[in-house]
Amino acid sequence: MDTFIQQIINGLVLGSIYALVALGYTMVYGILGLINFAHGEVVMVGALTALSIVKVLSGSGLPGPVVALLGLMGAVPVCMALGFTIERVAYRPLRNAPRLAPLITAIGVSIVLQQLMMLGWGSTYLSFPQLFSAQPHSLMGASINDLQIMIICVAGAMMVGLVLLMQKTRIGRAMRATAENPAMASLMGVNVNRIISFTFVIGSALAAVAGLMVSANYSIAHYSMGFMLGLKAFTAAVLGGIGNLAGAMLGGVLLGLIESLGSGYISDLTGGVLGSNYRDVFAFFVLILVLVLRPSGLMGERVSERA
Amino acid sequence: MSNVLLDARRIGKSFGGVQALRDVSLTIRRGEIYGLIGPNGAGKTTFFNVLTGLYSADAGEVMFDEARLNIGAPHEVTRQGIARTFQNIRLFANMSALENVMVGRHLRSRTGVIGAVLRNKATRIEEADIADRAHRLLQYVNVDARANDLARHLSYGDQRRLEIARALATEPKLLALDEPAAGMNATETAALRELVESIRDDGVTVLLIEHDVKLVMGLCNRVAVLDYGEKIAEDVPELVQRDPKVVEAYLGGALA
Repeated sequence: MDTFIQQIINGLVLGSIYALVALGYTMVYGILGLINFAHGEVVMVGALTALSIVKVLSGSGLPGPVVALLGLMGAVPVCMALGFTIERVAYRPLRNAPRLAPLITAIGVSIVLQQLMMLGWGSTYLSFPQLFSAQPHSLMGASINDLQIMIICVAGAMMVGLVLLMQKTRIGRAMRATAENPAMASLMGVNVNRIISFTFVIGSALAAVAGLMVSANYSIAHYSMGFMLGLKAFTAAVLGGIGNLAGAMLGGVLLGLIESLGSGYISDLTGGVLGSNYRDVFAFFVLILVLVLRPSGLMGERVSERA
Repeated sequence: MSNVLLDARRIGKSFGGVQALRDVSLTIRRGEIYGLIGPNGAGKTTFFNVLTGLYSADAGEVMFDEARLNIGAPHEVTRQGIARTFQNIRLFANMSALENVMVGRHLRSRTGVIGAVLRNKATRIEEADIADRAHRLLQYVNVDARANDLARHLSYGDQRRLEIARALATEPKLLALDEPAAGMNATETAALRELVESIRDDGVTVLLIEHDVKLVMGLCNRVAVLDYGEKIAEDVPELVQRDPKVVEAYLGGALA
C-alpha cells in the first residue's frame, strides 16, 4: 500500500511540472493553432538560468527557499523575454505561411537554443544544489519532502492564478476571444498581435518555473533536458485535449500519475523483465492510445466551431 | 464639426481578375440611417469589408470623422469609431452573452497585465464598470435575461441582437449592420427596426446593408444602390425607388 501512496505522491509532483509545461503548449495552440516545439527548450533555459543564480547564491548563507525564489526571479524574466523573442523572430513572419513552415521553424529554434546553451553551460550534466531540507515527512505510510510539497503547492497556485486571469480579467477575455476567432477579436478592438505575444510570455513564465522545479527535483540540469520533458508535456496537452486549459492541467497530472505508477509496478507486473527505466515508454504509449481512441483528448471539443 | 461622418472616395477593389468595386464614392452624414442595397454579387459586402478594415482597398481612400481611416487594420478602424455586425453571425460562441459584450469594451478600457495580476482598486472598479455597461447594453437589445448563457445557446434572433450589443460596446460613431434582418420573421424584423431607430436616436449613425428592400426604404434616410461594383444611385428612398437604373438593375431591362 505504501508503494502505491508513494507513487501517487511522486506522480503528483511530476504531474504538476508536466501540467505547467503543457499549459504553454496548449495556450499557444489555442490561439495560433501552432505546436511550439521550442517550448521544451524554454523550460531548459529557465532551468539553466536558475541553476547559475542558485549556484552563485547557495554559498551566501541565505536560506534555501530564498535562494530558490531569487533563482526564479532571474529565470522567469529571462524566459519571458525568450518566449517573446521566439514568437517575434520565428513565428510572426510565418503567420500566413503554410502550417508546415512554422512547425519546421520551431524545430530549428529548438536546436539553436540547445546548441547555444551547450556553448554557455557545457554538455555535461550539472548538479543542482540542494535548496530544501531532504528530511522527509511521513504521510500515510509514504514520505514526502519539503521540495515536493513546494512543487505541488506552487504549481497549484499558478494554475489557479492562470484560470483567474483567463476567466476574470480583461486580458484573459481578450485571449479567449482571440482563440475563438482572431479576426472578430480584432474587430472588437483587440490588438491580436499583442495578445499573441502575451500568450507566449505567460507560457514561458510557467515554463521557467517548471524548469527550476524539475531540475531541483532531480538535482540535475542539462542542455538537452528540455527535449524529453517538452515531448511529455506535449503528450499531456494532447491527452487533455490540446487547446483546452483545464485539459492541459488534467492531462499533466494524469500523465505524471500514469508514469509514476507504471514505473513503480512494471517490474512486478512483468516478473522483473522490464524495469523502471522503461518509464518513458508509458508517456508515449498513452500518447498513441489517445490518438487512436480519442484524438480530440479527454476534454477536447470538436475540432473547430465558429459561430 | 462637419456633418459628413464618412466620405468614401473612389474606392476600388478586385479579387484576381474580378473587379468587385469600381470607383465607389459615397458620403454618410452624421445621425442618419444610410442604406446600401443592390442585387446579389453587387459588391455590398466587399465594400463593407473595406470600410471595416477587413480588406484593404486597391484604390481610393476613406475619410472618417475628419481623419483618414486606417484601412487594413481592423482594431484601428474600431478605435476610430466604426463597429459592424456580420451577415452570418460571428459571436464568440463559447463565451457567455455578457462576456461577448465585455470583449467589445476591451478597446474602451485600459487595465493591463499588471493591474490584472495585482487586482488593485482601479482594476476592480474598471471590471465592475465593464460588467455594468455590458449588462445595460444587453438590456438595451433585450437579451439581458440570458446574460450568463453561452452565446451558441441563444436563439437566432437573440444572437443577432447580441451581435449588435457587442458592436455598440465599442462606442462606435458608425454602426454598420450587414443584413441584420436576414432570416428573421416579421415580428423580429419589426423589433429590429425599432432597435435600429432607437440606436440612431441615441446618436449613432447607422449603415445598413439589407436585402429586404421594404425595410430599407422604410427605415433609411438615404440609400445608395450598387450594381456590378459600381454605384448607380444615391438619394432619399422615394427618389431611388423611381430611378430607372435601379429598376433595371433589380428587375432586368425588359420592365424598365
